[in-house]
Amino acid sequence: MGDFDYVELKIPAKPEYVRVVRLSISGLANRIGFLYDDIEDIKIAVSEAVTNVVQHAYKNDEGDIVIGCALYKGKLEIMVADRGTGFDFQKIKSNIGPYSNFENVPQLREGGLGLYLMNALMDEVKMCNENGFIILMTKYVKQAQVEANVERIST
Amino acid sequence: MLSKGFKELLGVELLFSIQILSGDNKVFGKLEGEIDAFTAPKLRAELESIEIVQGIDIVLDFKNVSYMDSAGLGIIVAFYKKVVKGNGKLKLVNLSNKLNRLFEITGLNKLINIEINKKVDL
Repeated sequence: MGDFDYVELKIPAKPEYVRVVRLSISGLANRIGFLYDDIEDIKIAVSEAVTNVVQHAYKNDEGDIVIGCALYKGKLEIMVADRGTGFDFQKIKSNIGPYSNFENVPQLREGGLGLYLMNALMDEVKMCNENGFIILMTKYVKQAQVEANVERIST
Repeated sequence: MLSKGFKELLGVELLFSIQILSGDNKVFGKLEGEIDAFTAPKLRAELESIEIVQGIDIVLDFKNVSYMDSAGLGIIVAFYKKVVKGNGKLKLVNLSNKLNRLFEITGLNKLINIEINKKVDL
């Protein structure tokens, strides 16, 4: 303990709050030395995670989402959790992935890209579906960036 | 009371807009703002309002789109399918590098005609 700062947000599970989370996380990522491109990746990944919970976890639009951020020297861990019913992760997982040349136009999927993008944009993504649904994502600050910002981080 | 006021201040209208110009079997849509789960329904509704006729040539300009995620991609895919089914053409232009990267990661750049922004993306 003590080797990271922890910031937590709790928002209503409504699409209008996805942007608020994205902007907050952007500020946190900037604080520990991520550069522009990586911050953009983190913004998209966290938006996808929160959107997933907004769309799947609560059938009646009632409930909260908790976003926990652990700020380490050199990495950011983000946890997105609903506090209620989880969604069928295996079912969703079976329907994710990039588009390939082999898919013909009428069969192109219109959804299922969110989880794929999270995996593509973050360094690690883990999910857990016991007592509610949790997504844990990690992104490392690239080495050169850590060295360039090390003084600022340690203050 | 406070939460109602907040919603009105930052409603969909202020976060995302689209201007559609059409004529002579051509449509030009200029998108502006952020496309996420909140604003995506507006994008879907606006694109659905475009009547797809044989040979229609549609260009969507992303120059002023500052953010997009899978909510927007899904709608673009649905619209692309509809246009192709109607024997029309769809082109996306002026994508920033970060937007273009989303189309690359998802493989959509191999299907949809995309022109990236020629200017340096800052």
